[in-house]
Amino acid sequence: MRTRHAGAAALAALTALTLAACGGSDVGGEGGGDETGGAGGGDTIKIGIKFDQPGLGYQDGSEYTGFDTDVARYVADKLGYSEDQIEWVEAPSANRETMLQTGQVDMIFATYSITDERKEQVAFAGPYFIAGQDLLVAEDNTDITGPETLEGKNLCSVTGSTSAQRIKDEYAEGVQLVERPGYAECVTALTAGQVDAVTTDDIILAGLAAQPANKGKVKVVGAPFSEENYGVGLPQDNDRCEDINAAITEMIDDGSWEEAVTSNTEGTGYTPNADLNPPTPDACA
Amino acid sequence: MGDFLSQFGELFAIYDVPAAFWVNIQLTFWAAIFSLILGTVLALMRISPIASLQWAGAAYVNILRNTPLTVIMTFLFLAVWTQLQITLSDDFAQNFFRFGVIGLTVYHAAFVCEAIRSGVNTVPLGQAEAARAIGLSFLPAARLIILPQAFRGAIAPLGNTLIALLKNSTVAVAVSVSTETSTLMREMIESNANYIYAIFMIFAIGFAVLVIPIGLLTTFLSNRLAVRR
Amino acid sequence: MSSQQSVLFDAPGPRARRFIVLGNILGALVVLGIAALVVVQLAAKGQFAAALWEPIFTSSAWQNYLIPGLQNTLRAAGFAIVGAVVFGLIFGSGRLARVRAVRWFSGVVVEFFRAVPVLLMMVFFWLLFGFNRISDDPAFLAVVIALILYNGSVIAELVRAGVGNLPKGQSEAGLAVGLTGGQVLRSIQLPQALIAMLPALVSQLVVVLKDTALGQIITYNELLRAAQIFGNGNSNNLQTLTVAALIFIVINWALTAVARWLSRYLSGRTSGVTAAGPGIGNPTAVAGGKTTGPGNAIAATGDPSAT
Repeated sequence: MRTRHAGAAALAALTALTLAACGGSDVGGEGGGDETGGAGGGDTIKIGIKFDQPGLGYQDGSEYTGFDTDVARYVADKLGYSEDQIEWVEAPSANRETMLQTGQVDMIFATYSITDERKEQVAFAGPYFIAGQDLLVAEDNTDITGPETLEGKNLCSVTGSTSAQRIKDEYAEGVQLVERPGYAECVTALTAGQVDAVTTDDIILAGLAAQPANKGKVKVVGAPFSEENYGVGLPQDNDRCEDINAAITEMIDDGSWEEAVTSNTEGTGYTPNADLNPPTPDACA
Repeated sequence: MGDFLSQFGELFAIYDVPAAFWVNIQLTFWAAIFSLILGTVLALMRISPIASLQWAGAAYVNILRNTPLTVIMTFLFLAVWTQLQITLSDDFAQNFFRFGVIGLTVYHAAFVCEAIRSGVNTVPLGQAEAARAIGLSFLPAARLIILPQAFRGAIAPLGNTLIALLKNSTVAVAVSVSTETSTLMREMIESNANYIYAIFMIFAIGFAVLVIPIGLLTTFLSNRLAVRR
Repeated sequence: MSSQQSVLFDAPGPRARRFIVLGNILGALVVLGIAALVVVQLAAKGQFAAALWEPIFTSSAWQNYLIPGLQNTLRAAGFAIVGAVVFGLIFGSGRLARVRAVRWFSGVVVEFFRAVPVLLMMVFFWLLFGFNRISDDPAFLAVVIALILYNGSVIAELVRAGVGNLPKGQSEAGLAVGLTGGQVLRSIQLPQALIAMLPALVSQLVVVLKDTALGQIITYNELLRAAQIFGNGNSNNLQTLTVAALIFIVINWALTAVARWLSRYLSGRTSGVTAAGPGIGNPTAVAGGKTTGPGNAIAATGDPSAT
């Protein structure tokens, strides 16, 4: 029976390995949530943001910075959640509807444009900001001045965003489109000359163009051709919409909104469209 | 069950599921051919008399076999396409499809190499000694005596590699091949969440239908072609 | 070259040795040439700029991204391999059961989950758990369950092959001393088969570790995803990915080495066949039937430096 003990020992070793590897870790070091398993209880609120968009939603070491996170903090505070009751969750573009529908997040502040198509699946509060879709091109590029000039060009955008599809549908049919999981990969492809333009909302592009690695190599075309109403994504069966709208209005009225915009776009040369901003939240459905 | 069937019908009417599978099959087809060639070359290198070739073969296998396929695919995009500016076609869809084939090829070639080596292991020593005794040098001996027997012995592991390749072709999504099955399945579930089981069954059965015959065929072939000793 | 002689070719004479040296030099030149070309091209694109590499070697990068990512990778892999062993033992024994219905059911389960791509299973379970609010962390659970089902099926085949490869005398001896079929399986065959499987199990762990990287597609924050986030924030995706890939390669390489060592170490401790397996979820490499002892293995002597 010696072999049997050895077999048991082997299994024990494997188990030990697992236990050693046990215990969840949040990338970003935000220990706000409880460890493996265990429901969050009523005490925390899970907010979906982007982790990789400087100036909007960005994980900077163990901190979360950007305009989206500032608005989220303000709103959460008005809903009765202090900063350390917030559990930040990454909500990539392609997964936002799913994460709301499946309850992985309670609300989403992730450059989430309000569209009729999305309204079929999720609910929105806000808008809390209005951006416009624009193009990012190489610094020395002169022939791309707007979406109409993209015919036959190569374009990059992120998986699950509406930006690229709009260009294909409404402007230039002959556009070649590549989709990547993050904008930074698109910008790298742009600086390397493999794509001619990167498209998404102007405020995101401004943040990317201002990054040290990209400074002086790329520029925002500066001719926004859409209105992107950034809303707060909510599950359809929510009871928070009214409260969130009230919080957003309050944020705009007491000047915190203005302050958040200024501090997060500092150094990017970006100013929000003054005709549209600050917006008035729509009535809740 | 009838409910399931009507859901299948509805889904097939909206989405072109066979087209997505066809992309995976094409990826698999080309990658299978290329990885068989590359894998055989690698196996030859690893059993060859030249030390540098042995070393290069071993290094290739050890590195590629231990890297997640997703990482290889992402590398192809970030390093080979973006930075080295190697473009395989002016048409994006075609370009990334070819990169998908390359990624699958370089990854699975490492496994093909090991499969063939395990096949070489089934060839008795006497065969090689006999080959040498009649004056064959390394390459002729490998070509005429060792490899034909090794391939027969390697059919089962090669079949498994082919099955793995077919399933792994879904990972081509990481190099922006966006028309294959995993992308379509996700799209379908996201907009038809209530049909989630039916959708999963479509794809699971689709793969099972493709994979199980390969498994049966390789088992049959490896029994049929095994060198009786 | 080693002192060991290969049977595939003659001991090289002076001319052949010169030829081999020339071949070595040429081969090295070709490899170095390609490497140099790649390096020059990347350098021309500024990919070696210190500014792109420095961020990765700060404590923040490791503390907040790479190490938590690696922990998540190991955590998922750890749970998955243990679950897969349990799954494999249950269904592997099921395929060896006396009752035909059990055998048949186990066979269908194992074949089904071996046939479905892991990525598809992950996406499915992620959405399923999410929609049904089964867990707080559906991505983690989906990664683990998908890996258990697939790798468990592979291990079930390993169990079956391991038992099948035991000499007949083992079960006959058990039956002769009055054990029942089930007792023979439990106390004689499975323990030996498990030992024989151990190297292949460690190889399977490599597969599990690599496959956790698929979790990034469903927002599981494992090493690859952490590297992506960090790379996106610092616009150095390629550099960060290189570091992450190296971490994967080193860990898996070490595991492969352990598997090889185990298969050598254990070969005297069981009457089964210990083989590390190529690590692609490939049980038949072990099930290959006839023992290929060191005596008749060509490749084993053909390249001692191998792996």
